[in-house]
Amino acid sequence: MKVNPEFFPLTQMAQRFVDQLAQCRRLGLAVLEASEHHVLIELPYSTELIGYPDTGVIHGGVITTLMDTACGSAVVSAIYQKYQSLEISPTLDLRVDYMKPAQPNKPVYGFAECYKLSSNIAFTRAIAYQDSIDDPIAHAVGSFMRISPEMVGDAFRQALMGEVVPAQGDSDELK
Amino acid sequence: MSSNKQDVSTERNAQQPGLNASIETKAPIDVQGIVKRATELNDFGHLLEHVPYAKFIGMQVERFGDELIFKLPAKDDNIGNPVLPAIHGGVIAGFMEMSAIVQLMVFMQTAKVPKVVDFSIDYLRAGLHKDSFAECRITRQGRRVANVNIDCWQTNRKQLIATARAHFLID
Repeated sequence: MKVNPEFFPLTQMAQRFVDQLAQCRRLGLAVLEASEHHVLIELPYSTELIGYPDTGVIHGGVITTLMDTACGSAVVSAIYQKYQSLEISPTLDLRVDYMKPAQPNKPVYGFAECYKLSSNIAFTRAIAYQDSIDDPIAHAVGSFMRISPEMVGDAFRQALMGEVVPAQGDSDELK
Repeated sequence: MSSNKQDVSTERNAQQPGLNASIETKAPIDVQGIVKRATELNDFGHLLEHVPYAKFIGMQVERFGDELIFKLPAKDDNIGNPVLPAIHGGVIAGFMEMSAIVQLMVFMQTAKVPKVVDFSIDYLRAGLHKDSFAECRITRQGRRVANVNIDCWQTNRKQLIATARAHFLID
């Protein structure tokens, strides 16, 4: 699969966001691309995630976690690009439709977009697939509540910024 | 032909060292037998032992009379938001989905593991870093599809942290 992490400058920021979530580290989620418009995340296969032991198919809950994370990262990226600020938005609701089981021993990709950012709510949609996005495993729609940037702790903000110097340029002495 | 098959299965075992013999991916699983045994022993945790993902998030189940109550003990690996800290929304959803699957297997005596068709969850409060509980209600069961409602709470059963509804294909 062809991906362009260099072409999408928010990829590293989105990866640092995902790495802050213990469950996502445990799942080994890797951000392949992130921009103000989209996020693409890879979920590697693991036998620990099996939900249907007779076939080796992973549990629907793992797909839901991938979708929730991808949509959440898309919101963080969209807000960061639009307002140059960091917000972590809690999920209000999420609906996932499962079209077909994920094939065992292959990674699953989650492609999410934040298609509308209003003052209180962010609206997202996502597709999970393996070989082609035109042959999806699942579709999801989710809405996220926007909360003020002050709610994000300093430690978390630092972790997200990484080596990127923020607009104020005051992160160096805090490192 | 048969030797070929053997090769594939040994190779598969070699690739999956974490997998123990009882959950070998190719063996068909006697769902009704397992459910029957769990009912006889009155130990429904027995069902969850067959599902690696249930172990991965650390969920448990207990029976109180005719009711099944599912429990997700606090676990560091399940955290999403590190600031609060709070359980990852996807883990709560996975826990509720697995609860619904077990509820269907036990009360509907399904021949196979029900397959999720859609799952819709509303998050009502942050799921804090403590034990969570879930109960399910089978709203309707048709011949092929069942509709299940799932509620999830932490300290107070009346203060839900999430509520979900889902459809499952049953055979």
